[in-house]
Amino acid sequence: MTDIPLIFEISQPGRRGWQLPALDVEDAPLEEMLPAGQVRAEPAELPEVTELDVVRHFTRISALNMCIDTTFYPLGSCTMKYNPRVTEKCARLPAFDLHPYAPTECSQGTLELLHGLQQMLCELCGMHAFTLHPAAGAQGEFAGILVARAWHEARGERRSKVVIPDSAHGTNPASARLGGYQVVTVRSDGRGRTSPSALREVMDGDVALFMLTNPNTLGLFEDGILEIAEIVHDVGALLYLDGANLNALAGIVRPGDLGFDIVHVNTHKTLSTPHGGGGPGAGPVGVTERLADFLPGWVVEKGVDNGFRLRRPERSVGQLRSFFGSTGVLIRAYAYLRALGGRGLRENSLTAILNANYLRSRLRETFAPHVDEPCMHECVLSAKSQKKRGARALDIAKRLLDYGFHPPTVYFPLIVEEALMIEPTETESKTTLDAFVDALLAIDREIDECPDVVRGAPHSTPVGRLDEVSAARRPVLTMPVNGAME
Amino acid sequence: MDWTGSSPDERRQMLAAIGVDSVEALLAAIPRCVEGLPGIPDGLDEASLLRHVSDLAQRNRPAGPGKCFIGAGAYEHAAPAVVEALISRGEFSTTYTPYQPEVSQGTLIAGFEFQTLIARLTGLDVANSSMYDGASAAAEAALLAIRYTGRTAVVVSGAMHPEWLCVLRTYLSGVGAEIRIAASEYGRTPLGQVEACLDGNVACFLIQQPNFLGQLEDLRAAAEAAHAAGSLFVAACNPLALGILASPGECGADIAVGDVQPLGIPLSFGGPYAGYMAVREPLVRQMPGRLVGMARDAQGRRGFTLTLQTREQHIRRERATSNICTNQALVALAATIYLCALGKHGLREVARHNVVRAHRAAERLQEIPGVRLAFDGPYFNEFVLRLPRKARDVCRHVRERSGIWPGLDLGRFWPDMADCLMVCVTETKTREDVEALRAALEDALQ
Amino acid sequence: MDLSDYRFTESHEWVQVREGLAYVGITDHAQEQITDITAVELPAEGKTVKAGDEIALVDSVKSTFSIFAPVGGKIVRVNESVVEDPSIVNTSPYGEGWLVAIEMSDPSEIDALMDESEYEELIAEEE
Repeated sequence: MTDIPLIFEISQPGRRGWQLPALDVEDAPLEEMLPAGQVRAEPAELPEVTELDVVRHFTRISALNMCIDTTFYPLGSCTMKYNPRVTEKCARLPAFDLHPYAPTECSQGTLELLHGLQQMLCELCGMHAFTLHPAAGAQGEFAGILVARAWHEARGERRSKVVIPDSAHGTNPASARLGGYQVVTVRSDGRGRTSPSALREVMDGDVALFMLTNPNTLGLFEDGILEIAEIVHDVGALLYLDGANLNALAGIVRPGDLGFDIVHVNTHKTLSTPHGGGGPGAGPVGVTERLADFLPGWVVEKGVDNGFRLRRPERSVGQLRSFFGSTGVLIRAYAYLRALGGRGLRENSLTAILNANYLRSRLRETFAPHVDEPCMHECVLSAKSQKKRGARALDIAKRLLDYGFHPPTVYFPLIVEEALMIEPTETESKTTLDAFVDALLAIDREIDECPDVVRGAPHSTPVGRLDEVSAARRPVLTMPVNGAME
Repeated sequence: MDWTGSSPDERRQMLAAIGVDSVEALLAAIPRCVEGLPGIPDGLDEASLLRHVSDLAQRNRPAGPGKCFIGAGAYEHAAPAVVEALISRGEFSTTYTPYQPEVSQGTLIAGFEFQTLIARLTGLDVANSSMYDGASAAAEAALLAIRYTGRTAVVVSGAMHPEWLCVLRTYLSGVGAEIRIAASEYGRTPLGQVEACLDGNVACFLIQQPNFLGQLEDLRAAAEAAHAAGSLFVAACNPLALGILASPGECGADIAVGDVQPLGIPLSFGGPYAGYMAVREPLVRQMPGRLVGMARDAQGRRGFTLTLQTREQHIRRERATSNICTNQALVALAATIYLCALGKHGLREVARHNVVRAHRAAERLQEIPGVRLAFDGPYFNEFVLRLPRKARDVCRHVRERSGIWPGLDLGRFWPDMADCLMVCVTETKTREDVEALRAALEDALQ
Repeated sequence: MDLSDYRFTESHEWVQVREGLAYVGITDHAQEQITDITAVELPAEGKTVKAGDEIALVDSVKSTFSIFAPVGGKIVRVNESVVEDPSIVNTSPYGEGWLVAIEMSDPSEIDALMDESEYEELIAEEE
């Protein structure tokens, strides 16, 4: 079997893939316009291919991907729900394709839509104001951390620590560090939650912010949340919600009502904008009234004349990317919220919780739950008993590929041994969930019957397990211009 | 709309298997539940939703083809139809970060191709698989330089996009790095002044090419100045312009960053776009963002996988090179397809056409009495005109009379440039479009 | 391998005094647990550290591990060859795979560390 060719490997000198608009003005030699030193000596070695070459290459490689459109994709913490096509259609309406410096009076439709999105996110999260500016959830976290810092500084305080549970996503500590904070980790208790007493021990007047994911990454609701909020606020710190798991709460409970001061929303999770193979997403950030003046980017305002305009908040922490935000993504999020309405959002969350608990109830005898109690929208199981029998979580994940399923997240959260983190989402049917459970149970039997089949999986994919050690020790990150790879 | 997956009967079966009467029974631990969300209007069926969103779109008044001469960091270019057709495939759009390489070769191959294309365009060794946008990529480059050199200040050209400068300030505020700005003179970065700012505490010197005002900077001299102080040199380059301009690598840059938006990415009111970052080999392990590398499986088949992941937040947490997680994969894919479709000669040609059209347009517009080029240096596809009146008033007049958006009023950023209009002319503007602009400007200035 | 003059920490570093300098590396047990090492990040020469300070990072494909100073002092040598080829730490953890050499500020700190048999007991307990 031959390797799948790269586009560079099908290039042939002289092939063309596109025709430029003809030059209808007087041509001139470049040297009349640009100094010689500014001109590139040789054209960059881009491929030379026809339009059909391009279409075939990218269509063929696309078929090598598993995706939601073809496959159940229960990747925990990523909310891989169906992406409705109608929101795509909305985002592609030509009149939305405006220059970011389009005059305000020419962009009223976009501004009205963005204003509506801000309002709906405020309602969804129980917040006072939202900025739609951040490019992704991690940038939203960074924004929230800067807002917290600016708020403390405006009160004449310089605090140095951010507290984060050990079950948190890695972006939380990385964002806190980028914000100039020292990270203090608080350990989860035996119930997989942040215990108020453990939190109390690390909270003091030097803590700026406590960042919590709720439900947490174990799929469990932090049921001490009201006490946690009190502990955080008692030392003058702020409470941050990592909204990665908002798909469990939408329409059921609002973060603001639970005492959160800042929340970011991952549009590509809860609001079903396509994941795109890893972006683009958007990470709107909502805050309570006392923090609204510090938001980055712009807020969309409705004037007394009923016109919409952008305003930079008075004491804004600045800007995190150029221009207003990822408007194309935000249009999809708006359309999704309008399609569902408040009731639909609640129905989604309830169904996501139902599906996760159904999987949990069917699998808990075979794969030990880390905490054996009902979960929210995802359940975290452990393959530690399977490991003793000779197959690790990674082997089970790879074997699932042969059964035609995308595996769950494995080895996260870090505090769970041999973790399998399964998030089914609300858009999957019982039929699909049952087939997935049957596959996992079959793999469990295979561990005893034919362990090498499991440990050597996958067997049916375009490539097998790759030698990642060599790839990391001697990285090959681009194709050399002359000569073959390696 | 309702996109939930199971029938009412199936839901009842699932509840029975769990052993509860309703999902609500699983939520007892949640305090302060709400009954509903009155602030979110009732859901809409598909047709009504499309009607509603189309109504909103109708309230925009886009300039229309051939009439928007605003650039300033976001450029109208023509993109081959295959770009949108291919990125719309669900196999690309409804998949996620390729954590399971065996079933993600499509995304990974495209990522590796993007890295290769960017490395070749920039003349540097290695590129990552995308950043959020050009401005945040520039900020991440400054942070990389700070980590690599152990120095704590950066020198930035004052001719950089003002919003990018703002992003740099925000990103660097966290770690408390010092930013020294070399104010532009005559539309370009005064390298003499830059040398005075460069000392042993400067991690990098950052310059934009073409700069915000459309002028071309002398990258070679800038690189020499930076290196003389032991600083890294970061060039923020328009990738389309690199079709014809000397690459940052050949000019001595250590890091190149930029926004791929000019590679046929829709303007879309500011995003989503994607940033790129390319570096010299010794900087690779300090790079932020995802990297795709080549690997072999047990049978010797070639495959691609995310590599050097221990730089990243999901492993190194607070010690990661950046907090970036999800990037802009689908936009990077669009840029990849654009570059492949245009190809080696097509990209050079489109860049050349931009230069020619912009220069022809500048000549015509300067024939208007009282209008002259503000700066005399070389430029790519964007130039600044000094007008005998306030640019803001001229823009409004032109727009109201002709529907043309003649350019960006620089008074928006600098009050002392209120009579400056920045005009961008790409391959999307025909001779007639420019003639119409000329007539409209002439009318406005009478 | 004769490890009689090696001393060990609970965090699986070893230290051996060679010509007055404390050479530091990770134990065979540690490299086995880490699996294939893909990168090693070492401190700058001349840096002063206390016992228990983080002095290096060792990466596998999917994890990163902190390495702590068994004794305090000044780091006078770092092993560049393990940065070039990290697999040496896997193949020769007690020999060529050493990480740093420390000029000790208080040589008596070594006495508080475990000897070979105590360390073997510790591993047995962990498993």
